[in-house]
Amino acid sequence: MRSPIFASGLILAAGMASADAPVLTIYTYDSFISDWGPGPQVEAAFEESCGCDLQFVGAGDGAALLARVRLEGPATEADIVLGLDTNLIAAARETGLFAEHGVDATGLTLPVAWEDSQFLPYDWGYFAFVQNVDLENAPTSFIELAASDVRIVIQDPRSSTPGLGLLMWVKAAYGDRAGEIWEGLTDNIVTVTPGWSEAYGLFLEGEADMVLSYTTSPAYHLIAEGDASRTAAAFDEGHYMQIEVAGMVQNSDHPDLAREFLAFMLSDAFQSIIPTTNWMYPAVLPAGGLPEGFETLIQPETALLFDPDTAAEIRAEALEEWRAALSQ
Amino acid sequence: MARRAFPISVATWAGAAVAGLVLVVIALPLGAVLLRADASSGLGPADWAAVRFTIWQALLSAAISVGVAIPVARALARREFRGRRALIALMGAPFILPVIVAVLGLLAVFGRQGGISAALRFLGLPELEIYGWQGVVLAHVFFNLPLAVRLILQGWLAIPAERFRLAATLGFTSRDIARHMERPMLRNVAPGAFLVIFLISTTSFAVALTLGGGPRATTVELAIYQAFLFEFDLGRAALLGLVQVGICVVAGALVIWGTKPNIAGTGLDQPVARWDAQTPAARILDAVLISAATLFLLLPLLAVVTRGAGAIAGLPPAIWAAALRSIVLSLVTATLSVGLALPMAILIARGRARGLLETIGALSIAVSPLVIGTGLFLILRPVVSPTGAALPITGLVNALAALPFVLRALVPGVEQAEAGYGRLALSLGLNGPQYLRHVLLPRLRRPLGFGAGLAAALAMGDLGVITLFAAPQQGTLPLEMYRLMGAYRTNDAAGAALLLLTLSLGVFWIFDRGGRVNAAT
Repeated sequence: MRSPIFASGLILAAGMASADAPVLTIYTYDSFISDWGPGPQVEAAFEESCGCDLQFVGAGDGAALLARVRLEGPATEADIVLGLDTNLIAAARETGLFAEHGVDATGLTLPVAWEDSQFLPYDWGYFAFVQNVDLENAPTSFIELAASDVRIVIQDPRSSTPGLGLLMWVKAAYGDRAGEIWEGLTDNIVTVTPGWSEAYGLFLEGEADMVLSYTTSPAYHLIAEGDASRTAAAFDEGHYMQIEVAGMVQNSDHPDLAREFLAFMLSDAFQSIIPTTNWMYPAVLPAGGLPEGFETLIQPETALLFDPDTAAEIRAEALEEWRAALSQ
Repeated sequence: MARRAFPISVATWAGAAVAGLVLVVIALPLGAVLLRADASSGLGPADWAAVRFTIWQALLSAAISVGVAIPVARALARREFRGRRALIALMGAPFILPVIVAVLGLLAVFGRQGGISAALRFLGLPELEIYGWQGVVLAHVFFNLPLAVRLILQGWLAIPAERFRLAATLGFTSRDIARHMERPMLRNVAPGAFLVIFLISTTSFAVALTLGGGPRATTVELAIYQAFLFEFDLGRAALLGLVQVGICVVAGALVIWGTKPNIAGTGLDQPVARWDAQTPAARILDAVLISAATLFLLLPLLAVVTRGAGAIAGLPPAIWAAALRSIVLSLVTATLSVGLALPMAILIARGRARGLLETIGALSIAVSPLVIGTGLFLILRPVVSPTGAALPITGLVNALAALPFVLRALVPGVEQAEAGYGRLALSLGLNGPQYLRHVLLPRLRRPLGFGAGLAAALAMGDLGVITLFAAPQQGTLPLEMYRLMGAYRTNDAAGAALLLLTLSLGVFWIFDRGGRVNAAT
């Protein structure tokens, strides 16, 4: 068992090598830091001006990210946690680990008003069912979907952020009737996957007619692959939103640097990276607008969203409705 | 059975030390998670439903895998044909594939757009419905049948050629051979194979959920994810981890109770000839069995190959770097795993606390990687940076996770060598290293190669604890493959999956082949 000791030696060496520049540590979800996510470009752009060393640490998805921060508690090495969403904010706030960001957020271009002294949005999107353009009798509401024989694949709300988003979507649209809607959807659901990747993979392989994803998903196929054959279904009930946020940690060693990053996060330099790496809408529309192709996406008329406290409150009940309906 | 000679006492101590290490690496993290837990809600009815479903599907998966593996292994043991070696090596492949790759491969054959459903539609029949418990079991059999075949085939190949020669001179029919030689061997080998497959199926999560069709197919592992990630109820996560330990201990005890020691004896390591199996009926039966198993296992793999072939050349550089890391990790894991397993196998073969040791050996696959990973994280974080320790920890955890499989491969061989040559070695006054070098290791070449190959390939395909620790620049190949999928890059992900399949099979083949140098079979 010499390896951990050996490894700690390496860490020491690495720490000394970059001792001159302050290190800003950002915990985020894994797909943010992958070579195909926003991470590498964001790092390069911020390091140009900050005189610091920005280091990303990845931890699964949003829920795993929060679990990691909770496990570490006040001793966390994170200066910033980036990648929570409105469903996780209440639990994150409750940890008492987050500081006030103090950043002017008046420039936000979200479809809803945003006031939160601790968590600052960096991108957002609408959940939607993605389908092929040529799908016949594509449903335009959950009721129509339930009545149709369209086959969908969804994610498990217990292990997946979009899965939880769908739970909230149905709850926001139908309230006490949510259980009924889920019962109606039972025969449309091909299967429930642990995460987004599995579900999207099954859809692309033709196992389902629709997959729960985002209204922005077709933009990837159009812009990166030149494939216009995918679209998102506009639902009459409106679409539930995901707003992704970052917050700075109370015990950060570099609070000024952390605040500088949060301000940078709302600048054009950061925001213009988001659309074609995270495939979400930027929280502040950059001066150059959205990349070509985004204008083809559906524009939901109604944005649905629970505030963080309500979301936390109804989560257990909504999950139980879901589980009861789908377990029959 | 008479007490055997014990030529190496160092091995006994080493074996006990390894067993202790396994216990520590399982128990400490579990304890750490329990200690860190606040008030817990305890286990509810939904958790117990998950326990029931988990045990039920794992029993079914293990029973079908072993049940089908027995005739297939017999067919492979008594037939020589062109491509047999390649086929046996290929059989390791499904076992080591990352879940999502294997699932997509299976769906290409059995899914809605799969070949079988297309044929049924053409005939005007209803499509195949893969989503449900049948899909879960199908996938688990797909993953584990090859392992079962290999483990049982080892048992067959361990029956000395002289025995078959003797049987032939005595005019034994296939039925006589089955009764006097094959069934005793199976009573020795099959329960252990059943145990590892049962246990690995109990920790299934992504397969069970994806093919199970919904929350009905909730396994204990998923309940742990829910407790940990959705509710942050560490106490419940740890309790569920303890339930997994309980399942393992009970299953281990039952299996040990059902295992009979092997009495095949020792031969002169000559090639096997089967005079009994030359009837046309036996030939046809074996041909059908081998072809069916081959199609079942290879068609989904073929789908993985065809999907990925176009993308492999254009894979981004990060993937190749990750592949290199994975290769190193898998070689380290293989070495470590075999090094840990050998002393333990010797101890087990000598009948000391056998049941206890086998159960300890199996614990590392029975307990949730999420709980163990979290516990290790809690323990190690104050000491080392989790990011820096990611690869070493992954190596150690992988080595332990491969331990039960390597043990399964080694124990029967060690038992035979000990029974056949232990006394002779003792009377010749061979000391430990001499005995190891001249008696044990030459006889264990085949199972050692197979075990190392399995460990290496498992480590190559495992996503495991790396996800809890990894920094951006240290992704392994499976992690990078998931990252590609998560970034919509399905084609590149398919290419990475093919690369992963090739590398896993490559390391498996090299080790396995290395173990069979000079062997006629």
